Amino acid sequence: MRTICFYFQVHQPFRIKPYRFFDMGEDHYYWDDYLNKSVIRKVAQKCYLPMNELLLELIQKHQGKFKVAFSISGVCLDQFEAYAPDVLESFQRLVATGQVELLNETDAHALCSLRSKSEFKRMVETHRAKIKRLFNGYEPKVFRNTELVYSDKIGEMVAEMGYMGMLTEGAKHILGWKSPNFVYQNSINPDFKILLKNFQLSDDIAFRFSDKSWSEHPLTIEKFTAWVNNVPKEHQVVNLFMDYETFGEHQWAETGIFEFMRVLPTAILNHTDFTFSTPSEVLGQANPIAKIQVPIPISWADEERDLTAWLGNDLQNEAFTKLYDLESRVNKIDDPEIQRDWNYLQTSDHFYYMSTKFFSDGAVHAYFSPYETPYDAFINYMNVLSDFIIRVSRKEKEIQGVA
Amino acid sequence: MKVLMFGWEFPPHISGGLGTACYGLIKGLNHHNQEVIFVVPKLWGDEEPLADFVNASDVEVDYREKKFIDTWQNLTYLEINSYLVPYLGPEEFEKYTDYTLHHRSDIDETVFSNKYQFSGKYGKNLMEEVARYALVATQVARMKDHDVIHAHDWLAYPAGIAAKEISGKPLVAHIHATQYDRAGKGGDQGPVYEMEKAGLLAADHVVAVSHLTRKIVIEKYGVHPDKVSVLHNAVLDASIIESKIKKKVPEKIVTFLGRITYQKGPEYFVEAAKKVLDRDPNVRFVMAGSGDLLNRMVERVAELGMGTKFHFTGFLKGQDVDDMYAMSDVYVMPSVSEPFGIAPLEAVRHNTPVIISKQSGVGEVLRNAIKIDFWDVDAMADAIFALLHYESISRMFKELGSQELKKLKWEHVAAKLVTVYEKLHQKQP
Repeated sequence: MRTICFYFQVHQPFRIKPYRFFDMGEDHYYWDDYLNKSVIRKVAQKCYLPMNELLLELIQKHQGKFKVAFSISGVCLDQFEAYAPDVLESFQRLVATGQVELLNETDAHALCSLRSKSEFKRMVETHRAKIKRLFNGYEPKVFRNTELVYSDKIGEMVAEMGYMGMLTEGAKHILGWKSPNFVYQNSINPDFKILLKNFQLSDDIAFRFSDKSWSEHPLTIEKFTAWVNNVPKEHQVVNLFMDYETFGEHQWAETGIFEFMRVLPTAILNHTDFTFSTPSEVLGQANPIAKIQVPIPISWADEERDLTAWLGNDLQNEAFTKLYDLESRVNKIDDPEIQRDWNYLQTSDHFYYMSTKFFSDGAVHAYFSPYETPYDAFINYMNVLSDFIIRVSRKEKEIQGVA
Repeated sequence: MKVLMFGWEFPPHISGGLGTACYGLIKGLNHHNQEVIFVVPKLWGDEEPLADFVNASDVEVDYREKKFIDTWQNLTYLEINSYLVPYLGPEEFEKYTDYTLHHRSDIDETVFSNKYQFSGKYGKNLMEEVARYALVATQVARMKDHDVIHAHDWLAYPAGIAAKEISGKPLVAHIHATQYDRAGKGGDQGPVYEMEKAGLLAADHVVAVSHLTRKIVIEKYGVHPDKVSVLHNAVLDASIIESKIKKKVPEKIVTFLGRITYQKGPEYFVEAAKKVLDRDPNVRFVMAGSGDLLNRMVERVAELGMGTKFHFTGFLKGQDVDDMYAMSDVYVMPSVSEPFGIAPLEAVRHNTPVIISKQSGVGEVLRNAIKIDFWDVDAMADAIFALLHYESISRMFKELGSQELKKLKWEHVAAKLVTVYEKLHQKQP
């Protein structure tokens, strides 16, 4: 078997509005509705709608031979429901073709797998229910964790929840001389299988496609097909994992990214011996080649492929710790707004905005952050979190009063 | 007595405490029937008519005259390395950017004109403005009859010296802040220090805003002790401000409000906060303001793991400042070196008990406050804890503090100043 497995990540966080110390204790609504709506609408026009249309066209044209997988975060689905029902419908149409697989993830695109098994399970359950409700009873079989965060222990947890396998990064420091182009096994539970991102070919599309300083620019379909043909014969699967916003948002339409994708299926099917498969198909068909040892969590971010973009400095650690200290208290409060905010506050993006890693050459970072500096991000988040703690305490008192 | 006074700013167009102090002082002098000619670099037209205002931007100077050429040549050397912005906080920085854009367009005009358009700000051309202001002073000293010259802070010292050279009248150098306070170690270098020193030594008498500042003037600038007297600042309005603002959090609030810079000692506040929170988690700390140490403070707060109890508001202005004072249960000013420091008096007006560093001049007039060494974070934490938990002491401070405030009147300050003027006048040949 030689196959290409496309997986696209669809995610937008609920960004926090400018929240001041003076608001604390009084204003309990944290979300920047205007900003969030305008981002969703902008990305819908530039990426989600045109790319979904293109994929639908390609799936219809190739009649079962071209297929892809998506993971759509729960917070993103919530925003589609509120601001972009047209986008949600177009995803529903794609899933209805039967050639599109959906994956499960944590509902809030959170990092709770690193901190709390119970919260992790709860969030996955929420996402599973949401997918089922919005996609006509659909039940995902494969899991992908926020930012492809994976470790042996996380894999074991996910296996317990009944998934056949999960996706992660083909990080060099984990693989060494080994290739990402095989199916691997979790080191604790060998029945649980792992797909690794081929970061070379994935990033050729996702990051380098329009990079004029790249020696291979411009990336033509002929070139890409030749690279795929160069994959050694014994290799089984090429996992092309990327943000869905690559198409039209990170790489603008003017770069030719849509035209590239329009011709890609035909070129691969006609000029290589590769087919297209979804993650569950790959995991079901291929024999795993070996166990993979990942004692320390990895992710798909940055050169280091570690967690330092989210939990790499004191600001992030402080915010993260203070948030998860609340878990057991929040669990006892049956209040829809508390539960909603608890969910949304866990989204990994909030911690990413506090990263000082790119502070010096801010360009990459600034692109994704609504804040001018990581310090602003921290102050705003902590103001909100402080108010959230006040609300939790008040609810606790109410509950005690009743009891 | 006719006073020829030089000051860089006057309300309502001010960016620091200097303008407010000039305003209070002139009000006090008016009360004692003194005539004041106040020369300000730029007059906006909406100043309260308390003095005979002279707009330096309107004064014609004939640059061919030898006297001016001499003054000019003595001053221009100061322009070297003159990108130096002593008081500039972020809020003024914005104004400064506005100003350069505006200024660029009228450079040509000023070269050929005998008038110079002053910005009156603390911008990039500050040193040139200070020098030109001194040229204007020579002209004003010739035009306007006066008995005594009074210059506020280093920006006006060259003007005061120039005026004295023309009229031969006695010069009073008023010192509100020194380069030592602003820069700490190494404050005895650079053009600002040089101008301060020149002004203080050339003056017939020096007026310092506190004993602390008097000591610095004597020890660091070598001014003879007999020549230096202390005139504490006062307040324009000592009434208690009853705020309608209600605190929305149950915890007590401890506040630092000021520029987040070396001089104000923010790091000691952060360390003391940690000590208090370790003992009593039901307190919130607020650091209001901005400055070059803000990011470092944010990092330190995170490092100490108190991000949900220690909050930052950014730069506050107008009503927000009043609200912040009103919401506070304790106000702390841990300045490393503060010539006077008016903020604690504002806190007292809002019935908020204060803790001030022993290195702050205001402590000399505000007896009913807790005073600690800025570096003694244990003492600071103790004091905060005490004011939060022992109601009697904070109630006492509130009552006695407001009584003390009522005694701080500009009329009293001006009365002392008039005796200084009179002594100088009598010494005149």
